[in-house]
Amino acid sequence: MIPILKVEELAPRIFEMTVLNKQLAKKARAGHFVIVMSDDQGERIPLTVADYDQEAGTITLVIMAIGTSTQKLTHKKAGDSLFAMIGPLGKASEIDQFGSVVLVAGGVGTAPIYPIARSLKEAGNRVIVIQGARSKELLFWKEKIASVADQHIITTDDGSEGRKALVTEPLRELLEANIARKEEADAIRCVYTIGPAIMMKFCTETARPFGVKTIASLNSIMIDGTGMCGGCRVRVGGETKFTCVDGPEFDALAIDWDIALSRQKTYCDAEKCSLDRYVKEHNRD
Amino acid sequence: MDTNEKRSAAAERIGRTPMPEQDPRVRARNFKEVPLGYTEEMARREASRCLHCKTPLCMSGCPVNVPIPEFLHLIAEGQFGDAAKKIKEKNAFPAICGRVCPQENQCEGKCILGKKFEPVAIGRCERFAADYEREHGLVSVPADRTPKNGKKVAVIGAGPGGLTVAGDLILLGYDVSIFEAFHQPGGVLMYGIPEFRLPKDIVRSEVHYLETLGVDIELNTLVGKTISVDELMNDEHFDAVYIGVGAGLPGFLHVEGEDLGGIYSANEYLTRSNLMKAYLFPEFDTPIVRGKNVCVIGGGNVAMDSARSAMRLGAESVKIIYRRSSAELPARAEEVHHAEQEGIEFHFLTNPTKFFGNEKKMVCRMQLQKMELGEPDASGRRSPIPIEGSEYMIDTDLVIIAAGAKANPVLTKNTNGLELNKRGYIVATETGRTSKPGVWAGGDIVTGAATVILAMGAGRKSALDIHQWLSSKDQSWN
Repeated sequence: MIPILKVEELAPRIFEMTVLNKQLAKKARAGHFVIVMSDDQGERIPLTVADYDQEAGTITLVIMAIGTSTQKLTHKKAGDSLFAMIGPLGKASEIDQFGSVVLVAGGVGTAPIYPIARSLKEAGNRVIVIQGARSKELLFWKEKIASVADQHIITTDDGSEGRKALVTEPLRELLEANIARKEEADAIRCVYTIGPAIMMKFCTETARPFGVKTIASLNSIMIDGTGMCGGCRVRVGGETKFTCVDGPEFDALAIDWDIALSRQKTYCDAEKCSLDRYVKEHNRD
Repeated sequence: MDTNEKRSAAAERIGRTPMPEQDPRVRARNFKEVPLGYTEEMARREASRCLHCKTPLCMSGCPVNVPIPEFLHLIAEGQFGDAAKKIKEKNAFPAICGRVCPQENQCEGKCILGKKFEPVAIGRCERFAADYEREHGLVSVPADRTPKNGKKVAVIGAGPGGLTVAGDLILLGYDVSIFEAFHQPGGVLMYGIPEFRLPKDIVRSEVHYLETLGVDIELNTLVGKTISVDELMNDEHFDAVYIGVGAGLPGFLHVEGEDLGGIYSANEYLTRSNLMKAYLFPEFDTPIVRGKNVCVIGGGNVAMDSARSAMRLGAESVKIIYRRSSAELPARAEEVHHAEQEGIEFHFLTNPTKFFGNEKKMVCRMQLQKMELGEPDASGRRSPIPIEGSEYMIDTDLVIIAAGAKANPVLTKNTNGLELNKRGYIVATETGRTSKPGVWAGGDIVTGAATVILAMGAGRKSALDIHQWLSSKDQSWN
């Protein structure tokens, strides 16, 4: 059992959870993920590490309550525990000195973007973060992001904060402005995108014509997270790759996004059935 | 007539005692165990068929040398609890082995009675003794235990091999910790073999027996990621390490359309159903695609388990698609028989060449090609050759690929000094010694995908060698 130290609602339906897991905290790096189970009848679901503190022995996760499993997790309180947690899984982000890096964070994707931005900053990069959400109240961790970003661009779909735009608009502008200064030391040489799969797909298509290295962190459906089942397989560069062991970060320009998107919807009907049942039971308690 | 001949004649007169089973029409729709187990009378009757040969060939056929004639004698005498304890001198998991060992190739395959008549049903008797002991609350920790010797052994993987090593070494006085990646111990016994063939309560109970002996099980620990083999040896001060992580990488066909929804590896399908209890969805949270027209690709035991599970999950038709002929089916005859009884159709000399999806990118059709058998290949089986122009289409809404397993590299590539062969399996000696001093390996990660009992046999050999190495002053390696 993994003790939960803190659960805080950051924004409507978005929760930050800090748990105690010393061995995992010792090994976790930006880009890694963990698999958690809320209880012994729960699903095994992957969550990207949002922060880690080796000294305190803690791991921080940010969870958006959407289906049964994420609701079960976010209904937990400090003092409760998780039934299981394994990690760190996947490959850590390749932190290099690129020059400038644009990190595009959509919605709950802001959480995993943070440790990557911090690591890139520490490695001497100029860090530009585009943080997007549907509206103002869904933005979170603005201060944390600002603390590691040289430039911090906020967009909302409804214009309630920052620029009224999709994240792809400032991304395109930055990349266009970059064409003329490609040879300069702090030119943009890498784009990271983490968020809903459809957003990552559009960021990828936006970046494609500019020939800049683009990385996406996939949130495939998984069971074991150790390469054993192949449920998280994706096509990358014409080859079958497993998100759990070959990823979760891939060359976004080589990902077959149609397959990645459709595989995420495999259990739509079952997820709805499960949630209806859970909500009914939860409200009764 | 000498005594043996008389006995032989008597054994034949009473014949091999059949195993009572759930009716195929009923069981094909439930997850309850198929064979119901012997009654006391049946067990005594069957055990009394043993000829008590001077040189029992059955024992030579058993990878862990269970004293078969002795335990059969105890059953025949009605001393069922003692029979279980006799087996447990050599095998800590009789309720599991009695159910899943391929006895026809092992003990029963060697039984002298089988030369003229039918062999003694050793597996069924083993299962009976173990079930009797458990159900009557007779399971106990051996009284005179070897004192602790202060040495620590780490076992990586709580599958059948790792559990055997742990069971042997704990009785020899070692401190044993098992490190398991999943949230439950048992490995393939939990995630792979379905409930109707091996009830999970039985696995839990046999694993619990190990814990009562003092074995420590650390779950949710992926060695190679959460902690490394070197850290186990240097920081956690384990004197020896046994790697029994299984094969654990699913084989795919690499044909077009394989990434559509509704196409599973058998590993994923069975893990969802067995370990995650998706057959009890939505009571359990993990979902599974429930197909009406199911196709299982492959002809091994894993294919049979997948097909029979799909039938229980509500399929209207389940087809086994196998590229060779019935003669080459690698599955146990008993499993094939059970599958046939439950209405699984077999399509031989057929291989998928392409999958097609609907508008939701879920599989809806499959192109198949007929095959013919050519010359024997490396495995000694005649290799299938595609017949040009023989392609045809069938409808399907769930495909399960049971095309074998490969070596999972998570542990091996994160461990220094471990020699691998070109297919990624660990190179080890007869007793499991690897190229890394103090580290043994056995089971599927050495041999490639095989059986539960072979993994147990490998574990047994390594446990003895670990004991000899750790108790000897000579610490030379290989």
